[in-house]
Amino acid sequence: MLSIKNLRASVEGKEILKGLSLEVKAGEIHAIMGPNGSGKSTLAAVLAGNEKYEVTGGEVWLDGKNLLELAPEDRAREGVFLAFQYPVEIPGVSNINFLRTAMNEIRTYRNLPAMESKEFLKMVKEKQKLVEFDAALTNRSLNEGFSGGEKKRNEIFQLAMLDPKLAVLDETDSGLDIDALRIVSKGVNKLRSDKNAFVLITHYQRLLDYIVPDFVHVLYNGQIAKTGTKELALELEEKGYDWLKEESKEKELA
Amino acid sequence: MIKQITTSLYDQFVADFELRSILSSSSESTELHELREKAFDQFRRLGFPNTKVEDWKYINLAPFLKHEFITEPEEELLAISEETIAKAKIQKLDCYRVIMINGQYNPGLSDNIPGETIVVSSLSAAMNKPAFTTHFGKYIALDSNHFAALNTAFFRDGLFIEIKTKVIVDKPIHIIHIVSPGNNNNLFLQPRQLFVTGAHSEVSIVESYFSTGDKDQQVFVNNVSEIAVGEQAHLQHYYIQTGNTNTSYIHHTEISQKASSLYNNYKASFPGTALLRNNLNVALDGENIESHLYGLYLAGGKQLIDNHTIVDHLKPNCYSNELYKGVMKDEAVAVFNGKIMVRKDAQKTNAFQKNNNLMLSRKAVVDSKPQLEIFADDVKCSHGSTIGQFNEDALFYLKARGIGEEKAKALLIHAFAYDVTEKIPIPEVQTHINLLIEEGLR
Repeated sequence: MLSIKNLRASVEGKEILKGLSLEVKAGEIHAIMGPNGSGKSTLAAVLAGNEKYEVTGGEVWLDGKNLLELAPEDRAREGVFLAFQYPVEIPGVSNINFLRTAMNEIRTYRNLPAMESKEFLKMVKEKQKLVEFDAALTNRSLNEGFSGGEKKRNEIFQLAMLDPKLAVLDETDSGLDIDALRIVSKGVNKLRSDKNAFVLITHYQRLLDYIVPDFVHVLYNGQIAKTGTKELALELEEKGYDWLKEESKEKELA
Repeated sequence: MIKQITTSLYDQFVADFELRSILSSSSESTELHELREKAFDQFRRLGFPNTKVEDWKYINLAPFLKHEFITEPEEELLAISEETIAKAKIQKLDCYRVIMINGQYNPGLSDNIPGETIVVSSLSAAMNKPAFTTHFGKYIALDSNHFAALNTAFFRDGLFIEIKTKVIVDKPIHIIHIVSPGNNNNLFLQPRQLFVTGAHSEVSIVESYFSTGDKDQQVFVNNVSEIAVGEQAHLQHYYIQTGNTNTSYIHHTEISQKASSLYNNYKASFPGTALLRNNLNVALDGENIESHLYGLYLAGGKQLIDNHTIVDHLKPNCYSNELYKGVMKDEAVAVFNGKIMVRKDAQKTNAFQKNNNLMLSRKAVVDSKPQLEIFADDVKCSHGSTIGQFNEDALFYLKARGIGEEKAKALLIHAFAYDVTEKIPIPEVQTHINLLIEEGLR
């Protein structure tokens, strides 16, 4: 489904991703771990099309579409969803109006008719239940006054509403207490299917206790330094990342 | 004064005034007559302001005053079609409607308000009323307001509203001001309003400005409103300013508030009108007064929107809050000049002021100038001013959810304006203003 080949990207002239490659198939869950500054969030931002990041090389394909050629909104319409690490508060834009606009823009792109109000509201109710997100959304501004946990749950709720092919969760677990983490994970587990794929970017192994990944990748210095299964995550938890630095130094020397 | 270009208009007013003194047909009181003389002396001395006058430094008036104007129009009642009035109406708003055409009250087109507790009449019909003699011409500093002095010397008529003591008006009074050039002439209009709200009264007054006519005929409106808010009275006052590019406004509003009263002003200005200069001055002349000034200007084309406000704290324990937000398109120019005065006696004053601007175009210009003059020592005051573009993070967030650039921007503009629009207490007026924003963005 997603094919990243030798991706290079920089921000403000500094190269962050230095030839990253990754293959994600439908139905799979990939976890990407790594120390601070290794390029995890940059990868998420580049996939979603954030213009602050400059792609300097490589390719990204989503089901045969060249993602790097598409505007952020078209990537979303093609089925890419980024759950933000820091969801933006937008006072004055109501949650419901925002979601409805997003849904309808995506539907128009896919030549589907706009959703009826009734149908839409029914879906909102259903999906809120699914991700145990009970915040009152009508008459409230987008993410405004939401707690950290509520913002993250709102991201998962949006994910449920928009039903993307590829969901990239950028440190969705950071700042969540155990209960919230459980709820978010439960939501993701309910939403996963053999038609979609998840890329989980995380610092901590604990998320992977709840969402079991098919692959764990360690990102270091802008590249995938190691790939394994969930056991790799446990190993990282235990050993930290310092051994990676040693390994990469050795590599360089060799 | 602006030499050459506006000399002729200045001379014209001098001649007009002399002619009026000779004819002296007026049935006006000696007091008013003397006020006019005094006002005219001030205008004769001040002339029209040029950009060297501090309060006019950002606006060159010459292009707006260069036309040949009819300054003393015949007292004709212009026929205005139902269609025009319908356009200025606010959908679903249950209100007492008052129609003003070229500054003249039109009782035939206006709703009749039963009883004697709410008085709505032409200004000329109210000149013998105690409320008129008590309040008229008592609040504006004629020695520094060129146009208010001119208006005071020349106004013919306008609107008078009086809400008697303890009267709570059951629905908003919606005044629709329509200006139209009429018979192929450029007009210089000088309407005048006086609103007096008695102690403990409550009322909402919504004023919509609307103009018709084609580009070739100019209408320059020099309007003055005086508003006296009685003790413990509540006045919610709205300005919805729209108009054609053939219309220019100098719009002076002078408010005097008595103890424990509340005055809220909600002002929304939209693309169209070539020049819109609003002077909004509030004097908090008593203790425990609250005043809120909310402004939203959406400027487009080559429009000039200039908001000058003065909030004058004269007595202790008052609260004022001012928030003006601007959305700037095309080559529009906006000025915000907000002055807060805290007099020596006005201890425990809370006064806040903010002006934020969102620039949609590289060619738009904003001059924002907050001014604080504080002579008391135990006060809380703040002011701030920002000029910025779209929040890139917010824009990206919306796009990342599939919302296209145009729609995302429209959402953010509405969100930017929301700080002001959400404050509007009447839902129908809020909806109306949101529609005008949408229209103005097209």
